[in-house]
Amino acid sequence: MSILSRLTRNEGDPKILSSGPRSREATDELARGLGWFSLGLGLFQLMAPQRITRAFGVTGSEHVVRAYGAREIASGMLTLSTDKRAGLASRVAGDGLDIVTLLALLSYRNPQRHTVKAALAMVVGITAIDLLAAGAVSARKARPKTVKDYSDRSGFPGGVVGARGIARQKPPTEARAETTH
Amino acid sequence: MRALVWHGKEDIRCDTVTDPEIEDPRDAIIKVTSCAICGSDLHLFHNFIPAMMPGDIMGHEMMGEVVETGSGMNGKLKKGDRIVVPFTIQCGECDQCRRGNFSVCERSNRNKALADKAFGHTTAGLFGYTHLTGGYPGGQAEYLRVPFADSTHIKVPDSLTDEQVLFLGDILPTGWQAAVHCDIEPTDTVVVWGCGPVGQMAIRSAVLLGAKLVVAIDCIPERLSMAQAGGALTIDFSQESVVERLNELTDGKGPEKCIDAVGLESHVSMSQPDTLLDRAKQIMMLENDRPHVLREMIYVCRPGGIISIPGVYSGLVDKIPMGQAMNKGLTFRMGQTHVNRWTPDLVRRIEEGQIDPSFVITHTATLEEGPEMYKVFRNKQDSCIKVVLKP
Ligand SMILES: NC(=O)c1ccc[n+]([C@@H]2O[C@H](COP(=O)([O-])OP(=O)(O)OC[C@H]3O[C@@H](n4cnc5c(N)ncnc54)[C@H](O)[C@@H]3O)[C@@H](O)[C@H]2O)c1
Ligand SMILES: [Zn+2]
Ligand SMILES: [Zn+2]
Repeated sequence: MSILSRLTRNEGDPKILSSGPRSREATDELARGLGWFSLGLGLFQLMAPQRITRAFGVTGSEHVVRAYGAREIASGMLTLSTDKRAGLASRVAGDGLDIVTLLALLSYRNPQRHTVKAALAMVVGITAIDLLAAGAVSARKARPKTVKDYSDRSGFPGGVVGARGIARQKPPTEARAETTH
Repeated sequence: MRALVWHGKEDIRCDTVTDPEIEDPRDAIIKVTSCAICGSDLHLFHNFIPAMMPGDIMGHEMMGEVVETGSGMNGKLKKGDRIVVPFTIQCGECDQCRRGNFSVCERSNRNKALADKAFGHTTAGLFGYTHLTGGYPGGQAEYLRVPFADSTHIKVPDSLTDEQVLFLGDILPTGWQAAVHCDIEPTDTVVVWGCGPVGQMAIRSAVLLGAKLVVAIDCIPERLSMAQAGGALTIDFSQESVVERLNELTDGKGPEKCIDAVGLESHVSMSQPDTLLDRAKQIMMLENDRPHVLREMIYVCRPGGIISIPGVYSGLVDKIPMGQAMNKGLTFRMGQTHVNRWTPDLVRRIEEGQIDPSFVITHTATLEEGPEMYKVFRNKQDSCIKVVLKP
C-alpha cells in the first residue's frame, strides 16, 4: 500500500508531523484484541483439535472442537468488523457454551480434570472481559429515551405550504462549464 | 496545520501535518472557515470504500477564504475571495465539463490509470476520498489546496452566512439533483429512503419541485421528525411494512418516483433477512454493498417509474431483481453529484428564501473534537444529524 501511496500522493501533499485526539477508544482496542484472540483460537481449534481433545481427556471428539473453532472464527470476524456489538454478544454466548461444555468434562472419572479446571478458570476470566467490552460498546450505541425536537426545522423560510411547488414557477436550470466560468 | 487524518477503520485522528503548497499554476490555497462531516465520510470511516490509505486527510464539504493562488487563475479567482469548494474537482475544459457532467471530469483525477482500470473509464478527482478518485487531501483541515481552482469553486454572496451556503458544495445539490432526476410531475408521489442530511435535502427539493406527496422512510425518530417538518409524510420501517404502507398511500399502484438516500450501509435487522445475508457476505468479502433499499425500491415502484440513486455504492451488489426492473420498465438515474451544474440556480433559490439549508445542522464543534464527532454522528448520539466543524 505504501508503494501505491507514493504513486498517488504528490510531493506537496501534507505529511503527518504528530498525532492528536483520536476516534478509537480503549474499548475499541479491547474489542479488536478480543476479535484477534477469537480468530487465533478458532484457527488453532480447526487445525489442531487433537491437541485440545487430548489435553481434556476426550479424544475422539475432534469434530466438536472443530465446530467450536468455526464458531470462534465467525465471532472473531464479527468482532473485528464495524458490528462489534454483535460480535461481542456472540463471544459472550460462545463463552457460555464453552463453560457448559467444560463443566460437563469435570467428572471424577476424567483423569484430565485438572486441565479442564484450569481451562474453566481461564474461560470465566475471559467471559468477564467480554462482558465488560460488550457493555461498554452497547452503552455507546444505545438509543436515548428522549430525542431532540426538530419539528420547527422546515428549512423553508416561507413555510412548508408556501414552498410546495414554488420551484415550478422558475424550473431548475442547469449550468455547463462555459456558462459557470 | 491541524487536519483530520484517516489511519484505518474507525481510526480518525486530529493530527498536525505540513501545510499544503501551491503545486500548479491553477491551484489555490484556502483557509477553511467551515467544513462538515458527510454520510460518505462514514463509509470511509468504516473502510467500505476501497483504496483509502493511512495518512489521507478527510473531508469534502468545505468553504473558506482564498489565501494564495497560482499564476493561472485568469482573473477568475483572487486572494480574499470567499468560496465554497465543490467536492468534485473539475477542469472546466474537457468534454464532460462542457456538458455539465462535472463529477466525471476527464482530467481532474490524478490517478486516472487506476480509475480507468477500476471503472472502465475515469471519473473526476474528489477531495478526501479514495485513491481511485485521486486521493486528494480533504478539507477537514485548517488549509486546503484546491486544484483547478479557477474552475473548482463557488463564489458566494457575503450577505449569506457560512451555514447557509456551506452545503452548496455537496448535500444540497445532491438532494436537488436526486429530485430533478425524478422529473417530478404534480401528480407524483416521491418516496425518499433515508432521512440523513442527503435525504432531508431531497425531501425539501421534491417539495419545492411540486410533488403531490413526499414520503420519507427511516427508523430514527428525530430524523423522521425533521423530515415531517419539511413537509413529508413519514414511515418508520422498524414499526411498519414499507411496501404495504406505500401501496396503501398510492391506491395499490406504488409510488411513481423513488430516491435512495441510504446507499451501501443499509440498516441490518432481523425483520429484513436479506440485510443479514448481505452483512455476512460483506464481512467475508463476497459482496461490497448492502443493497436492501434498491431491492425494495424496484419492488414497490410503479411500472414506468423512476429510481434515483444519490446514495453511494462502492462495488458489487448481489440479488438485484433485474427481471422486475426490466419488465416494469423502470428508469435508473444515479451518480456523484455534478455540483456546479446546479450552483447558479441554487444560490438564487437560497437568496430568494425558497430554502435555507442550515436547518439540517444539529452540531457545531472544533477540529480537535472532530474524531469524537465522527462517532457521535455515526452512533446518532445526542440526536445528531449534521456536524459542522470550525477549524
Ligand atoms: N451522490 C452524491 O454525490 C452523494 C453526495 C453526498 C452523499 N452521498 C451519499 O448519500 C447517502 C446518504 O448520506 P447522508 O449524509 O444522508 O448519510 P446518513 O448516514 O446520515 O443517512 C443515511 C440514513 O439512512 C437510514 N437508513 C438506513 N437503512 C435504511 C433503510 N433500509 N430504509 C430507510 N432508511 C434507512 C439511516 O438510518 C440514516 O438516517 C450516503 O450513501 C452518502 O455516501 C452521495
Ligand atoms: Zn458528501
Ligand atoms: Zn473536466
